Amino acid sequence: MTDKRVVITGVGPISALGVGIDEFWANLLEGKSGIAPISKFDPSNFLCQVAGQIEGFSARKCVPKSYRKAVKVMARDIELAVGAADAAFRDSGIETKGTSDEPNIQSSRLGCNIGAGLICCELDEMGLAATTATTDGKFDLTKWGETGMQNLTPLWLLKYLPNMLSCHVTIIHGAEGPSNCITCGDAASHLGVGESTIYIKRGAADAVITGGAESKLNMLGLFRPSIMNRLCNDSNDNPTAAIKPFDAAHSGTAIGEGGGLLILEDYDRAKERGSKMYAEVVGFGAACDPKGIELENPTAGNLAQAAVSAIKNAGITPEDIDAIFATGTGVAGEDTAEAAEWKKVFGERLSEIPACAITAQTGIAFAGNGGLQLVAAAKSVMEQTLPPTVNFQTPAEGCELNLTSQARKTDIKYIITGTFTVGGQSGVCILKKVEA
Amino acid sequence: MQNRRVVITGMGTVNPLGHDVDSTWNGILGGDMGPTPVEIFNAGTFPTQFASQVKNFDFEAAVPNAKTHEKAGRHCKFAIAAALQAWKQSGLADFAELDKSRTGVYLGSGEGSLDFENFISLIVEGWDEENRQVDATKWAQLAKQRLDMYREMEQDSNMVCAHLAAEFGVTGPAYNVLTACAASTQAIGEAVMQVRYGYADTIITGGAHSMIHPLGMTGFNRLTALSQRNDDIAHSSRPFDLTRDGFVLGEGASILIIETLEQAQKRGAPILAEVVGYGASADAFRITDQDPEGEGAASSMRAALADANLTPADIDYISAHGTGTKQNDQVETLAIKAAMGELAPTTPVSSVKSMLGHLIAAAGATELITCILAMRDQILPPTANLNTPDPDCDLDYIANEPRKADVNICMSNSMGFGGQNNTLIIKQFEA
Repeated sequence: MTDKRVVITGVGPISALGVGIDEFWANLLEGKSGIAPISKFDPSNFLCQVAGQIEGFSARKCVPKSYRKAVKVMARDIELAVGAADAAFRDSGIETKGTSDEPNIQSSRLGCNIGAGLICCELDEMGLAATTATTDGKFDLTKWGETGMQNLTPLWLLKYLPNMLSCHVTIIHGAEGPSNCITCGDAASHLGVGESTIYIKRGAADAVITGGAESKLNMLGLFRPSIMNRLCNDSNDNPTAAIKPFDAAHSGTAIGEGGGLLILEDYDRAKERGSKMYAEVVGFGAACDPKGIELENPTAGNLAQAAVSAIKNAGITPEDIDAIFATGTGVAGEDTAEAAEWKKVFGERLSEIPACAITAQTGIAFAGNGGLQLVAAAKSVMEQTLPPTVNFQTPAEGCELNLTSQARKTDIKYIITGTFTVGGQSGVCILKKVEA
Repeated sequence: MQNRRVVITGMGTVNPLGHDVDSTWNGILGGDMGPTPVEIFNAGTFPTQFASQVKNFDFEAAVPNAKTHEKAGRHCKFAIAAALQAWKQSGLADFAELDKSRTGVYLGSGEGSLDFENFISLIVEGWDEENRQVDATKWAQLAKQRLDMYREMEQDSNMVCAHLAAEFGVTGPAYNVLTACAASTQAIGEAVMQVRYGYADTIITGGAHSMIHPLGMTGFNRLTALSQRNDDIAHSSRPFDLTRDGFVLGEGASILIIETLEQAQKRGAPILAEVVGYGASADAFRITDQDPEGEGAASSMRAALADANLTPADIDYISAHGTGTKQNDQVETLAIKAAMGELAPTTPVSSVKSMLGHLIAAAGATELITCILAMRDQILPPTANLNTPDPDCDLDYIANEPRKADVNICMSNSMGFGGQNNTLIIKQFEA
């Protein structure tokens, strides 16, 4: 392994708060909420009827003309990743096959590592085919085998494979280096950034596009977290108040489609081309909680152990951390578990370290959630400003994080950002203000 | 930065040819065939009516803690049984000093099997014919009545990680990757990087998958990727043969224990092999086709050789991805030629998918185990059902019969739908 430094030179957020860093960041600082009534289908029979929906977005606008046809075989999750990748590359100044006729990076030196979730197939598309194979109103597998399945487009499966987020991005941008797809729930993006850093340090790539994206904005996606009692059902008439991270009134979360991709780059390369640099990735740690299989009992995935590993990996101590970019799903048990983990890491000092959680504004983007967090954390370092924790008023019991409902200027040399997932895995990254 | 040697000290598997390593290996050397008519559901009218299934697997007998994992998905149960075998062989259970916070899980596991009956009945019964769409209100009503929380959530591919962490009480880094057919090779490669560079000391790695359910078969049938040789099911998987007509869908799990050489030596563990090289690349070509020149796969092999600081002359055997589709086998042949140069024609290559079928995410880990066994017994597994040579596939594929050979270093390839390629190189351990 080399001692190469790895910096973030581009970011591409995509969420109900906006596509691209400028719109996203401005809306974050203003405390604007992306949570609104669900309009993609009639949610009236679902417990939670609000979500973060991205309006008016199509990946068609983010791909070369020759690739527009391929958008037809992209699930929504893939479209989001393609949009985020376009934004991230354009932000970074790295010109690829997808953004320029004259790429300024060698294909074999560009890696890709995009986290994804379990992608749900479009139920209407399945219904059109399945309803041709029924007997007495019931699905008939014999007819399905004979003729029914022929009504599905031949490429049907490829729309829904989780690695297709990475694959489409590698094809569009000509990324021929290492390519991975981490499917580790909400921890995917942090784990991806950690692993991508290793690609660069071990010399397998000079730049990597990484992070994650997911859209659970479909019936099954909305239903699954609701049977786990993760979604709030008390704010259907007041969507912007739905998610209250770490607040005493927290009553569940809401889904928000979206994701965030980051361009990680070898510091020397970035410096040579005079690129802007958001932050340096200096530490990474991961952990898991064996209790993750008990789905009734929320866990924060042993986040403290991951954080301590990351701090050690960065060669610093907890005292050096200037800001915490937390998750704060707004699910009571998860907030409590998360707050307890941060407490284990920072002890009494926890209440003094400026912290934030942006979930109230974006909704939970699952595999894309960490990507949004990391993008915002990187921008926080660059701007020396922490976004607000919207809907936070009274701390939940046991929550000692230093949160404010307004954005604030603060000195950040080191920021820690971590997240965890249903199933019990966690990942933590430490970003540092770039110094020559 | 640390740069530590990484060795394999345990392995376990549950697959169509056996529920442990030895019976699997005996099956492969004896020419057993995995494919049989589908028993898991009625595929009698499907274009492909057969698959390579795990049969007579008794989870309760294989896993003392079966009750803890009773809600786990089919593939996850395979993984737990395979992991127990690997754990036992490694001797970690008796290693009191094992630091569980430095012991991780890194898998390439697939999604859990869909609750197909309920999934499809909700769509059909919730269908609004007038608007040609699923009525969300009706669907939600039925979902509340019929869908089970565990059955739904166990479909998330990270749940296999969760079950293995629970079984062994480990708290280190935990990942799942799902790069289609390359997943478990990629998982092992990245797990090795985690140990080599000091993020963990011990990792439970490998993969698990079962797509033998109506939608899995439908998806691959629509892609025309599966063999449709319904009249000769036993011999349907024919990698590199001119008459090959697609791959045979398989299922199973294979798990390996990797750790630092230092720890393995300190505790006197059995060292099965050293992992010396890992390469990864993307075709960046098309989602539907592989790069026709095989450049992506070749680049993965070259990267693994470079990582291992080896040359083509060092490679004694290549375990091919060898799926049995027209395109894969031709492209992989070109890729091997590109990576191995003039040594390609004389380097033995085989595909054990000819017997096992294609275990998708679990394929790479299972194939790596056969490489370890080839080194142990100094015998190369054959490519079964290879009777009609294809002019486009002109390497030495070890047709039909196992072959005695000096096997010191093996390379194992995996290539995923969408163009993700991965290569591992393992070596007989020498102090």
